[in-house]
Amino acid sequence: MICEPACRMNFKNLREYLAWLYYQYLLITGIYVLEPWEKSIFNSILFSAIAMVIYTSYVFVPIHVRLALEFFSGIFGGQPESTMALMN
Amino acid sequence: MARSAAEGNLKPQLTHNGLKREDTDRNGYHNKREGLQGATAKANNMATKNGPGTSVPSRQHIPESFEQAPMYVAVMTYLGFGIVTLFGYFRDFLRAVGLEKCHLAQEREEQKAFVPLYQDFENFYTRNLYMRVRDNWNRPICSLPGPVFDLMERVSDDYNWTFRFTGRTLHNVINMGSYNYLGFAENNADFLKTVADKVHQYGAGVCSTRQEIGNLSIHEELEQLVANFLGVEASMTYGMGFATNSMNIPALVGKGCLILSDELNHTSLILGARLSGATIRVFKHNNMHSLEKMLKEAVCSGQPRTHRPWKKILIMVEGIYSMEGSVVRLPDIIALKKKYKAYLYLDEAHSIGAVGSSGRGVTELFNVNPADVDVMMGTFTKSFGAAGGYIAGKKELVDYLRNHSHSAVYASAMSPPVTEQIIRAMKCIMGKDGSTEGMRRIRQLAENTRYFRARLKEMGFIIYGNDDSPVVPVLLYMPGKVVAFAREMLERKIGVVVVGFPATPITEARARFCVSAAHTRDMLNQVLHHMNEVGDALCLKFSRRKYSSRPDLCDETDFELDS
Repeated sequence: MICEPACRMNFKNLREYLAWLYYQYLLITGIYVLEPWEKSIFNSILFSAIAMVIYTSYVFVPIHVRLALEFFSGIFGGQPESTMALMN
Repeated sequence: MARSAAEGNLKPQLTHNGLKREDTDRNGYHNKREGLQGATAKANNMATKNGPGTSVPSRQHIPESFEQAPMYVAVMTYLGFGIVTLFGYFRDFLRAVGLEKCHLAQEREEQKAFVPLYQDFENFYTRNLYMRVRDNWNRPICSLPGPVFDLMERVSDDYNWTFRFTGRTLHNVINMGSYNYLGFAENNADFLKTVADKVHQYGAGVCSTRQEIGNLSIHEELEQLVANFLGVEASMTYGMGFATNSMNIPALVGKGCLILSDELNHTSLILGARLSGATIRVFKHNNMHSLEKMLKEAVCSGQPRTHRPWKKILIMVEGIYSMEGSVVRLPDIIALKKKYKAYLYLDEAHSIGAVGSSGRGVTELFNVNPADVDVMMGTFTKSFGAAGGYIAGKKELVDYLRNHSHSAVYASAMSPPVTEQIIRAMKCIMGKDGSTEGMRRIRQLAENTRYFRARLKEMGFIIYGNDDSPVVPVLLYMPGKVVAFAREMLERKIGVVVVGFPATPITEARARFCVSAAHTRDMLNQVLHHMNEVGDALCLKFSRRKYSSRPDLCDETDFELDS
């Protein structure tokens, strides 16, 4: 969707390409029509929300994945082990 | 559904479930063929065979396309509107608390306890959305609105609350927004000589209404000319196009009558219908299935509570719909109106002079007898470069309107130089001034329209409407892109008209181009080149159809791919 027009335009350097991507972001979210301080408020809220999502996933996702794997391996492979543990 | 003997050959097509556009198009194709022969048949209800019809037109059925954009576009449009609305609430809060000054009207302190005046959605929208971007509308023009014009440059220091002029003029901006279809908005001294003479003879103002002392001989001449042009018995002209609709419909219908009006009719038609006091029912845009269902129901059930028959049933349609660029299905409607004994009101504001092989409008485009349309209405603002409107039809109708129409009795008559401009433009189109300039302009307009539309479709934009209509809406969808598009095109010295929410559905904001016979191929190429660049820079090419660059060689059905 965004790659096709990007290929047709001639970007001289990476900076210009990133500026064009930022312009698309402004247009799509509708921020383009707002005043600069409103743009900054929205950008900071969005940025902090994304930062929180990344931090949370970095901290918690490995732990959750490990627990989930243990749980499922407990169901499928661990039947004899658990009954032995109970008897002991 | 029962088959009537009269329109037997038309029934099979109308019973098809014409809900998908391409199916109705294909049905419409067959219908047009038979409708044309049926419309020109002399006998009324009893004929089962078609009479000696006029020549079957050589043109093929012109496809109309209303392609839908991919789903993500609608999602992003709603997202954009949602975010700006949230910021609107935030700013309103700041204004209410007092942290920000309110630039718009506010109630006075003593009136704060009254019913609030400025809290409805329309005021919210104006304050928080329209004001931010209103530099794209009401741009002051300081030359005549021909194919190119001059703009006064204006800037705003406080985000569009106030403007100031820098004093510079932007010269030769290409004009893609004026309804100048045949290029009669010109200031060539030779062409305007007769207009200047009439100002010498009659002055500039009339200072009276038509009924009192404002009926000038030049008005009679114009009405005779209009009647000849359209091929009807008589016509009456008015000073204002909007007032022609809104003031004459109340004279034709009243309480106890039924108006069946198309979904996308112009505000003047809706206002006239509401003022008349008749019952209004709306049928889906250009959908003959919906119209027939309503006609059947109206004839069978009659008025709402008493079930008495309706006094009159009036079908109101337009020749070309200005926001969509679609053309009315005239032969089908005439067949329906004859079957159910309804009357037809055709508003040819945009189509008179602009379509048809000699500029006579949609009746000529579909090869339909003008006597079949009961009330033909049109305006002189668009193709004739003047102002005003007309109503044409049978002599009894026009004589009745001369006495009973509000516009005829109370409104000031048309000014003489404007009348003469219409006369000279009409004579030019008809060829009565001895030159072929009129035919050249009509052909040029048709060629420009076809070229412009074909190139835009090829580039990948979504265009609505019929391939013959000189009104070309290019869909932009997202509010941010609408604004950016208008500003970018102005930077490249092209003036476009963009239309957003209240005039169009909320997800379908568009830029509306009006092709003119005065545009040269060079100008169109320049516009197309810039459209290409802006389309890439803003990612506006949403179309998912593939068009070949030589459509004449392809079969028509290739165009009917729908997503």
